[in-house]
Amino acid sequence: MKVGVLFSGGKDSTYAAYLAKKEDYEITCLISLISKNKNSYMFHTPSIEKVEKQGEVMHIPVLLIKTKGEKEKELKDLEKAMVVAKKRYKIEGIVTGAVESIYQASRIQKICNKLHLECFNPLWQKNQFELLNDLIKNKFEVIITGVFAYPLDKKWLGRKIDENFIKDIERLHKKYKINSAGEGGEYESFVLNCPIFKKGLKVKNYKDFGEKNSWRREVEIE
Amino acid sequence: MILLINICKERLHFYEFVKPILDILKDNNIDFFVKHYKELEKKDLDKAEKIIICGTSLKDIDYFEHYHNFDWLLDYDKPVLGICGGMQIICMVFEDKLKTLRKAGKGIFSKKTEVGFIKLNFEREFLGLIGEKEVYALHNYYVKNINKEFFILSKDPIPQAVKHKEKSIYGVLFHPEARNKDMIRNFAKL
Repeated sequence: MKVGVLFSGGKDSTYAAYLAKKEDYEITCLISLISKNKNSYMFHTPSIEKVEKQGEVMHIPVLLIKTKGEKEKELKDLEKAMVVAKKRYKIEGIVTGAVESIYQASRIQKICNKLHLECFNPLWQKNQFELLNDLIKNKFEVIITGVFAYPLDKKWLGRKIDENFIKDIERLHKKYKINSAGEGGEYESFVLNCPIFKKGLKVKNYKDFGEKNSWRREVEIE
Repeated sequence: MILLINICKERLHFYEFVKPILDILKDNNIDFFVKHYKELEKKDLDKAEKIIICGTSLKDIDYFEHYHNFDWLLDYDKPVLGICGGMQIICMVFEDKLKTLRKAGKGIFSKKTEVGFIKLNFEREFLGLIGEKEVYALHNYYVKNINKEFFILSKDPIPQAVKHKEKSIYGVLFHPEARNKDMIRNFAKL
């Protein structure tokens, strides 16, 4: 089956794409919504323009759609993107990286249903620590590009998701109830390399923006 | 030992509709094994102490054409829980006991799409759920005529939870593996 992956460039959507490929689905496009609203309810925002680089190393075209990111209106933009993907890339299904959010998942389900597309959520209800450990086990190279919750701060930007990261986030999970996988928007990530990339990406340059416990890293990729 | 029956035609749906249930059992140290309904053998049914028929996606409805693969349910005496498509299968099998609907080819289910949180009222205790509960719905269809051998324990107004009057056969149209995970633990402890 030809599928499009709703792709942010972060660990969840990339891992979902990896599972789709592993199960022999043909990924004919990556669909990325660039939201002007950095606090979008639906879409991951940091470093999203860099998904084109990720598409290049996966040899998969990226469908980039701009959205103002206004609540509910952004769903119309998502629907338009799916209509284009269905026509242009002949997709029969959508793959998402939804883990826990019924708000996010149910809205995508409704759009897929309306457009007669299958909806795949292969990370649905996956244990937060299992997800992080699976990334390491499957040789995903992932960095943190945004933090948005106390006590995460600027020092976390650029950190790789490795065993030390898991230990530290587990400690914060126990003390502050932080979702270890960042599902509550506590942090956001960017994938530099993984088994479905033909070659790895490198951070050439970066700029950090923010204050206190809300920081974003804009990375330049090569 | 709990047998999880996978009804997904699409392989990628396993992760969404079977694995979350398997994880709940694993976290509670409950033994299980998984079989696809098209590969199910009598020895699997004999080996199982309980069975969960897992659900699948809105579009993945291949099982509608093959619900007769589950005719063994009519004579099965061990506890069974059907989730979403699993409940539809249970209800179709019992409603079509005489196989007349099968010959007619259709008319056994109706369309009603519900996606997201809905509130249900459980008038009587149902695997630990009682009173008003928020559940996660994800279905396009429901079985319109519930066989008289079943109690309907929650309606909205379509049947959302059923239990066989004599056997330990349960069905829910919603997805307890996403919200109300305790319901699966309670079934496993029966």
